[in-house]
Amino acid sequence: MDTSETENSGSALKARQLSKQVSSPEGVLTILDNVSLEVRQGESIAIVGASGAGKSTLLGLLAGLDVPSRGKIWLGDDEITALDEDGRAALRANNVGFVFQSFHLISSLTALENVMLPLELAGVEHAAEAARQALRTVGLEPRRRHYPHQLSGGEKQRVAIARAFVVEPEVLFADEPTGNLDKRTGETVIDLLFRMNRETRTTLVLVTHDLDLAARCDRVLYMDAGQIERETNGHNGGTESSPQEAAQ
Amino acid sequence: MKTDARTTVWLAVKLLARDWRAGELTVLVTALLVAVTALTGVAFLTDRVGQAVEMRAAESLAADLRLSSNQPIDPDYAGLAARSGLETARVTSMPSVVFSGEANTLAAVRAVTAGYPLRGYLKTSNRLLSDVTQTDEVPGPGEAWASTRLMARLGVDTGAALEVGGAQLTLTRVLDFRPDEGWSFVDLAPTLLINDADLESTQLIQPGSRVSHQLLFAGSRSAVDRLKPLLQEQLKDSENLRDIGDTSPQIRSSMDRSGRFLNLASLVSVLLAAVAVAMAARRYSHRHRDRIALMKCMGASQRLIFRSSLLQLLMLALAGGVIGAFFGYLSQWGLAWLMRDFIGQALPAPGLQPVVLGLVTALSIMGGFALPDLAQMGKTPPLRVLRQDLDPPPLRYGISWLAGVAAVLGLLLWIMRDTRLVLSIFAGASATFVALGAAGWLLVKSLRGFRGAAGIAWRYGLANLSRRGKESVAQIVAFGLGLMVLLLLSTVRTQLMDTWRQSLPENAPNQFLINIQPHEVDAMAAFLAERQIEAPAFVPLVRARMTAINGEDVTQMTFEDPQGERWARRDSNLSWTSTLQADNRVVGGEFWQPEFIGSEVSVEQDFGQELGLSLGDSVAFDIAGENVTATVTSFRTVEWDSFSPNFFMVFSPGVLEPFPATYITSLYVEESGRDAVLDLMRNFPSVTAIDLDAVLSQVRDVMDKAALAVQAVFIFTLLAGVTVLWAAVQATRDERRYESAMLRTFGASKKRVLGGAATEFVAIGLLAGLLASAGATLAGYLLATRLFELDYTVSVTLWLAGPLAGMLFVGVSGMAATWRVITHAPVSVLRTA
Repeated sequence: MDTSETENSGSALKARQLSKQVSSPEGVLTILDNVSLEVRQGESIAIVGASGAGKSTLLGLLAGLDVPSRGKIWLGDDEITALDEDGRAALRANNVGFVFQSFHLISSLTALENVMLPLELAGVEHAAEAARQALRTVGLEPRRRHYPHQLSGGEKQRVAIARAFVVEPEVLFADEPTGNLDKRTGETVIDLLFRMNRETRTTLVLVTHDLDLAARCDRVLYMDAGQIERETNGHNGGTESSPQEAAQ
Repeated sequence: MKTDARTTVWLAVKLLARDWRAGELTVLVTALLVAVTALTGVAFLTDRVGQAVEMRAAESLAADLRLSSNQPIDPDYAGLAARSGLETARVTSMPSVVFSGEANTLAAVRAVTAGYPLRGYLKTSNRLLSDVTQTDEVPGPGEAWASTRLMARLGVDTGAALEVGGAQLTLTRVLDFRPDEGWSFVDLAPTLLINDADLESTQLIQPGSRVSHQLLFAGSRSAVDRLKPLLQEQLKDSENLRDIGDTSPQIRSSMDRSGRFLNLASLVSVLLAAVAVAMAARRYSHRHRDRIALMKCMGASQRLIFRSSLLQLLMLALAGGVIGAFFGYLSQWGLAWLMRDFIGQALPAPGLQPVVLGLVTALSIMGGFALPDLAQMGKTPPLRVLRQDLDPPPLRYGISWLAGVAAVLGLLLWIMRDTRLVLSIFAGASATFVALGAAGWLLVKSLRGFRGAAGIAWRYGLANLSRRGKESVAQIVAFGLGLMVLLLLSTVRTQLMDTWRQSLPENAPNQFLINIQPHEVDAMAAFLAERQIEAPAFVPLVRARMTAINGEDVTQMTFEDPQGERWARRDSNLSWTSTLQADNRVVGGEFWQPEFIGSEVSVEQDFGQELGLSLGDSVAFDIAGENVTATVTSFRTVEWDSFSPNFFMVFSPGVLEPFPATYITSLYVEESGRDAVLDLMRNFPSVTAIDLDAVLSQVRDVMDKAALAVQAVFIFTLLAGVTVLWAAVQATRDERRYESAMLRTFGASKKRVLGGAATEFVAIGLLAGLLASAGATLAGYLLATRLFELDYTVSVTLWLAGPLAGMLFVGVSGMAATWRVITHAPVSVLRTA
């Protein structure tokens, strides 16, 4: 595979030698250390590891929410590390969806309005219709007028999934999507997430500490101390490979 | 897909509507509305009261404009006025001897046309000492109305036949009051009012006779403003145009003071409003950081977010400005209705200027106090969706302060149009901010020592205060400033108003005696002493005409101030004294020593400014054909509302004594002792007594209106203050709700949580109250001594009221907000979106 830094055909997402350092009272702290990876179009990957392993930092960088201290990232054919904040935002608007552990629904907006928000930001006409359809897909259309505080945790996450998919993103980033849910609700939500992922052929980047959940992805990257320690194939099995091989 | 601009507008409208519906904007909008309502309510009311005060002043002219001449007035002027939509009335006055049988006396005969007076009312009675009523009429043809003094001199009552020149008239009513009764020694003889139609038959207008012609104008303010320059263009040398700005010094002094009081109150509303809006905006921006991060995460650009926030702010300001102005309009009508018994006359309708004020206020407050926080909110990093601890870069205090200061200063200057006053009050308020901030910080710092002193509620309350260090200080400053202003207004209002009223005591002189001949002075003093009327000071008066200033002919001089030119061209009343009168204060130069003999003159400050005089200038007068020159050695201020005889120009002994002088004096005569005045007039026929009661009640009326307006304004300011308190409590409410829920979840009783909150609020209130008392005392002292030139005494009430009001206000408001937290089930608070 061509790993030149100017082309990225075939990859939905690619990162080369990413590092992130922050200053702390104890001195400079390396949170992410020389991480490279590549995710193919329609592929699902899980990033797993203990707390503080650098999973969320990596997710933030891959989604263009933060900038690396070193290294480069491509989203599709666009190098996001070469863009300023507004440029990265514009790229996200057209290509990226998010599902968060704490749902991040806006408390002053109804379920429908929460789903409409990304469409409105992208200037899409008939946002309400599309949002309603998305809520129907997650089975919450009848609750569209409810505010977040009137919904259960599982329902909130389903609204968040509808919101993530409504813009038909190329890549969906999910940060511990079941972290705040009980096992049963979590499973329902994850079934929904994977079903929609399959149906829309979206690339999925999932951060989790739940190995069962991670195993449902095509590949699993294990992180420790800011590095990808190893990689396995998902779907409950598969061969193990080194980070270098994974990046190839 | 929509264009960027459409997306921005659409997003701004939608988010605003959703925020409004979800109650996110309630505090901000309420603060803004209260601010604008308060300010425009004040503006509408002061506009109306101001107009009423002006109208009252206009009554002393009996018109809005008065054209006077010693020549008949061109009828074209009346035509011009009619075309401008103004009413006119004609007054022709002349001195004439009036006969009734054998008796006769000199009277000021005034022939008037229907409609006179155009401003104010005549008051008449059917017989001497009978009930006085207000009337719209004027004497009919063949009738005459005479003043009490004239009737006393003629020894007649109504029904008597009078002979005025060649006319035979019947005395039909007693003229008890006319609004244009001057007391500036112009109309000395008692009045006889007749109809203009009888003027010709009196045959009093002959070549060379001393006749004064007046044409009165009245109408809407805009019509008057349009007509005035037209008239001024056409004025002949013999003609003189006066408007209410030129009325007697007493009315002007009262108007100045009432204007200052009202402006002060407006200023307070602006400051409180700004504080409330800033607090509400801060809370709003804190609550919406997650949304901004999420929107950025979904691809919203920084520019889109900023523009849409700006647009939302603009829409809020416009809506707040218009709706607030509407509420202001409603509330001032309500207030005017509530006060109808005190006002006694219908207030004129307000102008539309306050609506503009409402919009400008809303925009300035939002721009200066909400914009910095909203702009900062837009800088929230998108990574906050993953890391809640990520906040936008801290707001640079320099920028936020600069914006606020610029907004307040700009607005205040626009409202008050008095740079010095605005700057001095602003400096005072800033110093208070700093002092309150420093004191608040000290308290918060010192709390650690008290935390172990009492129970858990106490410890929790103080710990809270200490933990929210910056917020606590901010609240103490806000509460302190709010309370200070409230105290200041209540104490300044009552204390200063009382002091001001005391300068017009109940036994202020109510009779002015003029034209007393030098040989009558001793006899009159004895006469008054006999009737136990306090022996007054007799002040000499010499009539003179100013001829030159520093050797330059005044008729050839040009004066910067048109009033100065008028003074220079008319007869002056001069006096002399060896000692300064008690109601005079030297403000420049030095007053001569009691034993001094020489050619010096002390000039009233405003009068001197109008004439452009400086210390050391020489002024020359023509007195009975002789030239007299004196050097200006001091400037004085005069308390005109003391109603003692006072002069613009007072000479040192040694200049005026050789010239023929008359004496004047003023006395207080009780209502029951009015007979004594009639007796006095019979015993001293050449002396003229001027009844000051009418003038006094006119001045009191003006003062009452001013006081009333300030009280009304105080109600608005109180509302604004309460909003500040509410906004401050709201600012920390989310946090409190969460913490109380946590404490209750861990097993704390309602009482304990309540006790902790009470400790915190009462402590904040106590300190804010103490600081407010200190600040109000200082500000009251400065205002009294520097601005209003009144005495100030420290008030014990103020020192009790401050801390008590603070504890009560902050305690009750804080508890009201906390109460809802406690009545909420903890789980509903802990379940977040």
